[in-house]
Amino acid sequence: MKSFKRLVYPYLVWAFILIVIPMFIILFYAFSKEGNSVLIVNITLENFVRFFSDELFADVLIRSLILAVITTIICILIGYPAAYFMAQLTEKRQAVMVLLVTAPQLINMLVRTYAWRGILLNTGLPASVKVYIGMVYNFLPFMILQIYTSLSKMDKSLINAAYDLGCDKKKAFLTVTLPLSVPGIISGITLVFLPAVSSFFIPKLLGGGSYVLVGNLIENYFVTTGDWNFGSAISLVMAVVILISMYVTRKFDYDKEAK
Amino acid sequence: MNKKFDFKKLYLILIMIFFYAPIVYVVIFSFNESRSLTAFTGFSLRWYEKMFKSRSMMESVYYSLLVAVIATIVSTIVGTIAAIGLSKSNRVIRELVTQVNNIPMLNPDIVTAIGLMLFFTTLNIPTGFGTLLLAHIIFCIPYVMLSISPKLRQLDDNIAEAALDLGCTPFESLVKVIIPQIKEGIISGAIVAFTMSFDDFVISYFTTGPGINNISTYVYSASKRINPSINSLSTLIVLAITIVLIIMNVVPMLKERKVVKNEKNY
Repeated sequence: MKSFKRLVYPYLVWAFILIVIPMFIILFYAFSKEGNSVLIVNITLENFVRFFSDELFADVLIRSLILAVITTIICILIGYPAAYFMAQLTEKRQAVMVLLVTAPQLINMLVRTYAWRGILLNTGLPASVKVYIGMVYNFLPFMILQIYTSLSKMDKSLINAAYDLGCDKKKAFLTVTLPLSVPGIISGITLVFLPAVSSFFIPKLLGGGSYVLVGNLIENYFVTTGDWNFGSAISLVMAVVILISMYVTRKFDYDKEAK
Repeated sequence: MNKKFDFKKLYLILIMIFFYAPIVYVVIFSFNESRSLTAFTGFSLRWYEKMFKSRSMMESVYYSLLVAVIATIVSTIVGTIAAIGLSKSNRVIRELVTQVNNIPMLNPDIVTAIGLMLFFTTLNIPTGFGTLLLAHIIFCIPYVMLSISPKLRQLDDNIAEAALDLGCTPFESLVKVIIPQIKEGIISGAIVAFTMSFDDFVISYFTTGPGINNISTYVYSASKRINPSINSLSTLIVLAITIVLIIMNVVPMLKERKVVKNEKNY
């Protein structure tokens, strides 16, 4: 039995080479300038200075964050009632609804986003609205399913207990149901916010290139310009910003649980 | 009460319309006679004809499926072996692997993608089908392990131990005792791996090479111009997924009926 533990060692080596080392290569590129060879490495902060000294880049980063935050909020506002109503259906209908929410997700994300292009083409809506629609469309199912899972796992007798103790419907919801579904909301936020910040094909396909987000910047520097050092620096900044926001969200969750 | 019930139903119906309208739209316009994406001028199959004649489009479907199938098989096997090993390891190694696996799962795809792209170029590996496939295998394994690990935790060690006492080799006890018990986790891991691979755009975009497109990267590059054949391609994908979903949901239902029948017989 103990000998089985050796089975993990090859994967450990594999994961170190193919998951950890690429992250260090990004770090390496972000902190150096073009023209490095194996022997001469110029460690520099120049890429980061360039990023933070140009208002244009800061604007893009802030715009991406705002877009991700608003997308997440819209997904919670639309998704919560949907999940709540779903959890109240009969068991058979719940299963059907879960399937109906999951099914479109199985269709390629690019294809789904492309589908909106035709509908939105001649509507005259501003690019930002089109991008928001595409974002919410792609990420809402994640939010609904996460909240629904936490609601359906909930012990229903707790709500009845709240009624017995004199709570009205509204109070029972606010003091029992809502707090118990917070873990679902938090994991929903993780699944929506994270990909929303870095998304670059939704703005490109629906915003028509006029709506630039941090993901588009990274794409540009890697694919079009070929300035990999600066591109790496931007993605590093983005990854750090995301890490901080996720840490804050999780902390909020733990604090709540601690109470 | 009755009125409220209707509101809930209406709300859910509206959400479903939101989810399915673009899909229906694409299916309808795939039969459009003209090039327009907004005006339906008449029924025609010309975009389907064009799709089947387009080599690059058919190739993208081929590569998407090929990569998804190979990546699913490899990542399921590797992930299962690694997860079994992990469940018997000490805490330090378990923590280490979990943290490393978290990197691609919590990082934005684009960071994982450029990391791999820089890795391949640093090693002078030309990007193409090989790098695309390798990248898919890399990001699928952590998800496979994630869906198998909980099953392994529920496993009773004594059963495998008993198999060894009764003369099984470790390999036999692995195949005959452990794997059948975690079968569910392996299957759901494989399904997750397949959908992740088939759905992926960002990682494919940065790790594939010239001439090798999967459906995602093809649609991305082709959508710069209006190309109604993409609607036909989308319809084909929708059709394929609908068939798979029907099979996947009807088969367990039939099985369930059998189980219920058998239970009644007891």
